[in-house]
Amino acid sequence: MDLLEYQGKQLFARFGLPVSEGAPAATAAEARAVAEQLGGPVVVKAQGLVGGRGKAGGIKLAADPAEAEQHAAAILGMDIRGHTVRQLWIERASDIASEYYFSITFDRGAKQPLLMLTTEGGVEIETVAEESPEELARLHVDPLMGLQPFHVRRLCFAAGIPAPEVKQVGAIIEGAYRAFIETDAMLVEINPLIVTPDGVVRALDSKYTVDDNALYRHPDIAGMRDAESGDPQERLARERGVNFVKLDGGDIGTLANGAGLAMSTLDVVAAAGEATGHRPANFLDVGGGADAEAIATAMEVLLSDPNVRAVLFNVFGGITRGDEVAHGILTALERLDATLPIVVRLDGTNADEGRRILADAAPPNLHVEATMLGAAARVVELVDGSAA
Amino acid sequence: MPIIVTAETRLVVQGITGREGRFHTLRNRDYGTAVVAGVTPGKGGQDVDGVPVYDTVAEAVAEQDANTAMVFVPPRFAADAIYEAVDAGCGTIICITEGIPAHDMLRIYNYIRPRGVTMLGPNCPGALSPGIANVGIIPAQVFAAGRVGLVSRSGTLTYQIGKELADLGLGNSTIVGIGGDPIVGSSFIDILERFEADPGTDLIVMVGEIGGDEEEKAGAYIDEHVSKPVVAYIAGFQAPAGKTMGHAGAIISGSSGTAAGKQQALQARGIPVGDSPTAAARLAAERLG
Repeated sequence: MDLLEYQGKQLFARFGLPVSEGAPAATAAEARAVAEQLGGPVVVKAQGLVGGRGKAGGIKLAADPAEAEQHAAAILGMDIRGHTVRQLWIERASDIASEYYFSITFDRGAKQPLLMLTTEGGVEIETVAEESPEELARLHVDPLMGLQPFHVRRLCFAAGIPAPEVKQVGAIIEGAYRAFIETDAMLVEINPLIVTPDGVVRALDSKYTVDDNALYRHPDIAGMRDAESGDPQERLARERGVNFVKLDGGDIGTLANGAGLAMSTLDVVAAAGEATGHRPANFLDVGGGADAEAIATAMEVLLSDPNVRAVLFNVFGGITRGDEVAHGILTALERLDATLPIVVRLDGTNADEGRRILADAAPPNLHVEATMLGAAARVVELVDGSAA
Repeated sequence: MPIIVTAETRLVVQGITGREGRFHTLRNRDYGTAVVAGVTPGKGGQDVDGVPVYDTVAEAVAEQDANTAMVFVPPRFAADAIYEAVDAGCGTIICITEGIPAHDMLRIYNYIRPRGVTMLGPNCPGALSPGIANVGIIPAQVFAAGRVGLVSRSGTLTYQIGKELADLGLGNSTIVGIGGDPIVGSSFIDILERFEADPGTDLIVMVGEIGGDEEEKAGAYIDEHVSKPVVAYIAGFQAPAGKTMGHAGAIISGSSGTAAGKQQALQARGIPVGDSPTAAARLAAERLG
């Protein structure tokens, strides 16, 4: 789960990391009130999970509360890379002498947390890594040993942090590592980590990702999820507990059991539809032991996309039995009164029986195929026909 | 000759009295696996259809010489269960549980590696050596016995490829599910090394997916260390960046971990990559003549 900038900063503050004073605002009036309370110049910052806010005009400096209100009114409702801004963060403006970068990532390749620090902050870290890798200090920490003072010293010396700032930067590294471990983070990034002209080091931005599988240990963080954000179909899927990802520009709904088979299904459908311009509309994994209820719920999510004009079921029965899946499909079709073409490919345990059940019921829009590739070709053919 | 689950496997099931644990334990036993014990704290002295239940893994090991643990407990208790199995001396741990926090697995991985423990999963279907033993949830009837080693991050996709292989008359030495989480106990390389050393395996099918760089690392390893033919399949070409595709580990981060990148890395090492499960099975059949 990705957190908004201000949510990440709230966690920073909890772990003793210095951040600018500020408050969230959802309206221009609220922004003005926050600016009045803070006093002096403030920064009005669009909150969203997409990058490039600054370039898109989503971050503005305001000299006084009236200007803060104007900027807030302009930024709220703005479209930044397909996402509408609905939330702002207003904070006291900072004077910046230098910009550093610090992050901790969950390095799955090395199986250790990776700490990165550079005095070349304020830009995309990939750029620094490519153009001046010698400026980027990198250090893995054995998670069983934990972060030790020597790690912090090594990192600061390697990055060339000026002596007067080492103590402050060191404390930030220690606090961020504690936050990373104690909140089950996959990423904690501070870019920029600024130094003010009078030598104060502070986190000016945050990127914070928490492991979904660990949210049960962090109900406070789980509660930060913005139920309103994101694609409405993905929202519906989340509410219904369906493992679903929307794909852009697709017209073929897909459903499979198991994540790997579901991904593979997308790939074969895309290959089959390439020549005629048809694409999969989604990833959907109904999971193991899918019963009629689960299939009906999944179908409901699939059909909530008006662009979907045909559906492919690709089920490989392992523990899941083909006859149960067949009954589930028939129940779902009846309950949802679905009339669009549906191609079913059923294999594995009790698949023969399942195919026989479907053949006996024989709804006119149901097409049974024997193989995965055959089913992909068929659903493309049907959706292409329905487009004419 | 199989790997990981063999005729020597003596299985203890952690979480044997749960619904899923009980169901799959009995299926594994019916298949012929030596299921010697179960563990559910507080239920020691009971039995599950004749399989004795103990309060601790240590007792199960002491009383029944269990050497392999299958973990079926809920995610929030799984890390504890894995440490308990290691502490009790189980040399092989197969963790079926899905949803274990990544940080838990980070610590477990760093703890077990220097101790020489073999671990599959978490979030894996287990391992099956056709005709010998089955530990986990793999539907054995899909697979035939034979000389193709199969290693995969996915469950049903593996069954699909196993079925395609069986349709072409090919069977398996062992089918190994390594799991779909960001950090799993065994990498492709760990399993490739075993298949290379296994006289019962003539060819290896490697089934990867988006996320991480284990397929790329495996490609480099195969180039240097594997003399047997390897064919691959990669799922997730259509996956958008930044979205978790069902498996916690199946996510493209920035521009790394894409299916196209993995395919190129493998092909650059001369490892053929099928563009569908069917094509991958055909490539395997062609290589075996």
